[in-house]
Amino acid sequence: MNPQSNQFTSAMTADESAPAAPSEDIPELIIEAQKGWIPIHFGDLWRYRELLYFLTWRDVKIRYKQTVFGFLWAFIQPFLKMIVFSVIFGGLAQMDSEGFPYPIFVFAGLLPWQFFSESLSRSSNSVVGSSSLVTKVYFPRLVIPLGAVGGCLVDFAISFLVLVGLMAWYGIAPRVGILMVGPLVVLTVIASLGAGTLISALNVAYRDFRYVVPFMVQIWMFLTPVIYSVDIIPEDWQWLLMLNPMAGIVDGYRSAILGKPFDWSNIAISAAVALVLFFVGAVVFRRIERRFADII
Amino acid sequence: MPAPAIQVDNLSKLYHIGASEQYHTFREAIIEVASAPLRRLRNFGRASSSDSNIIWALKDATFAVQPGEVVGVIGRNGSGKSTLLKILSRITEPTEGRAHMRGRVGSLLEVGTGFHPELTGRENIYLSGAILGMKRTEINRKFDEIVDFSGVKKFIDTPVKRYSSGMKVRLGFAVAAHLDPEILLIDEVLAVGDAEFQNKCLGKMDDVAKSGRTVLFVSHNMGAITDLCPRALLLTRGSLQADGSTPDVVSEYLSVATPDGYVDLRHWKSERSGDGPMRIEAVEILDSKGARAGQIQAGEPIRFRLSVRGKSGAKCNLSVAIRDMMERIIYNPNTSDDKATVTLPAERAIVEVSLQENRLARGDYSASVWLGDAMNVTNDRVHHCLKFRIEDSSLGQTRSKGLVRTNGQWSVQRRGL
Repeated sequence: MNPQSNQFTSAMTADESAPAAPSEDIPELIIEAQKGWIPIHFGDLWRYRELLYFLTWRDVKIRYKQTVFGFLWAFIQPFLKMIVFSVIFGGLAQMDSEGFPYPIFVFAGLLPWQFFSESLSRSSNSVVGSSSLVTKVYFPRLVIPLGAVGGCLVDFAISFLVLVGLMAWYGIAPRVGILMVGPLVVLTVIASLGAGTLISALNVAYRDFRYVVPFMVQIWMFLTPVIYSVDIIPEDWQWLLMLNPMAGIVDGYRSAILGKPFDWSNIAISAAVALVLFFVGAVVFRRIERRFADII
Repeated sequence: MPAPAIQVDNLSKLYHIGASEQYHTFREAIIEVASAPLRRLRNFGRASSSDSNIIWALKDATFAVQPGEVVGVIGRNGSGKSTLLKILSRITEPTEGRAHMRGRVGSLLEVGTGFHPELTGRENIYLSGAILGMKRTEINRKFDEIVDFSGVKKFIDTPVKRYSSGMKVRLGFAVAAHLDPEILLIDEVLAVGDAEFQNKCLGKMDDVAKSGRTVLFVSHNMGAITDLCPRALLLTRGSLQADGSTPDVVSEYLSVATPDGYVDLRHWKSERSGDGPMRIEAVEILDSKGARAGQIQAGEPIRFRLSVRGKSGAKCNLSVAIRDMMERIIYNPNTSDDKATVTLPAERAIVEVSLQENRLARGDYSASVWLGDAMNVTNDRVHHCLKFRIEDSSLGQTRSKGLVRTNGQWSVQRRGL
């Protein structure tokens, strides 16, 4: 490196950093032991939004590295599941599919479920998997599970294309209800973040959760109307099923995609439970977060 | 006078070192909760039984650093240096006390923080930069400079897993070196890489130091500390022992060591592991005349005398590791390699090992001792328990810059045509 270019670059950085300094005052930071329940620091999260972007991008990028099919896996996985479920539950077991072709009926449920279960399992291992970061550098730890969920959202968007193809195949035209997909995606993110943050934090303190999660996801799927219709449960007892936030959400997706009427009370119960779960997850996460570096 | 950039008041950090805190299972937590009332009942009126399981990694540290000051932090391993940096960089919370930081804080506790082996050099620059707190626009602007500095331009689109460890370190440091917060906390990052790159890093550090930023720099490299930092802090077992001009503090650090070449280990706790029945009770360094000495002349034979306690007739292995200030092991005599497993003649025994050929270069060293049974199972290990200094011999100054000295056989003869 010649000295001239060196001088030039240092002069440039000096010039560029100079105007930045007065525009924002010197940030002050007080470090001390925090007591009790700590609220989420949204300002801090916002400041690290680029890190969230990069972590999501990294997750997506490395997931399909050194694979032959690459991004195609995001199509293949739900597609194969749909075929298997259609053969077993639609074909052999003759499950009721509310009058729709079973493949598209099950796919409309699989899509959000896949997103939720992937988000849940990835985010629950995310913090422990980032131990080298947690012990070496500060950033709002919530960014880690958020990034994991973000990566799954990208996959979700891709597999949505499969759905579009299926709808065309079965000649199902989208109705105005399809607009509900947006709010439903937000609800799914809230539900999976709730469960994800909760378990990722608990997993740092108690590694038992690593073994619990796969099992839990399986059971959870049977408690969610993915392969079956909500209608198989008597009307009076449906609210019980809706305490599982994914039940109302999955049923909502079906209404949005297949054009059957929305059951607003069911969606409302599930949405409320999802919000509670999100709140509990965030609170527990913040509670354990300050000990992360010491116990991870 | 402006407000200090870093104001630390009575900062303390407590660690529990019981197995339960290290790796908790849910079942243990439940049992703990369930048995808590019982335990309290049992310990009623007794001193807390957990006292021996806690360590104050940092205790009542108080100091202030003015904006633009470059301060070195020295101390042995386990003295609380890293804990201090971890608290100031918000990785871990203090147990007591507080720190007030004025300015954006950037911390550099590791080279290549957040690197992912599957990603390319280019991708990792962005990822690591974002993790260290840089904005994307900032990374874009400095990208070429970072690549130039790292010297891995040719491989910038190769996954980092194909890099040599040296290349990884270069790239990691290059990203970190282009971080420019007002307050920079740096831990020992210079202890890696080859000599040439280390000099480059030191040069960069020097630029940083002169650029008016506030820097806290932890290192074992006394040379680097003396060159870069006018002021230094000395930590000993978690407390701030000295704070002043670097040459004074460094010499205090070196002299705390063991001026008389003797250390009593009977109640020693720092950096000690192993709880076997055999114990090392004391270590001494003897010079060629057989006198205890914390300073040995270059080339003079050294003898270590270890007082060992164990069952009479028990077989044991011992080892002494001599490290330089950069934590590199220079000599490591041990009974296993020397086929000299010791049989204790009595409950208390004295074991000596002498290094007839002392090729240690001038400088400061530390000795760590280890005691194991015949199967080499650790009974007792004490790191850095004894410091000593190798001085120029009375015959004159040495000029060798090597890690160890050696005598060359030089000859000259007339060259034929």
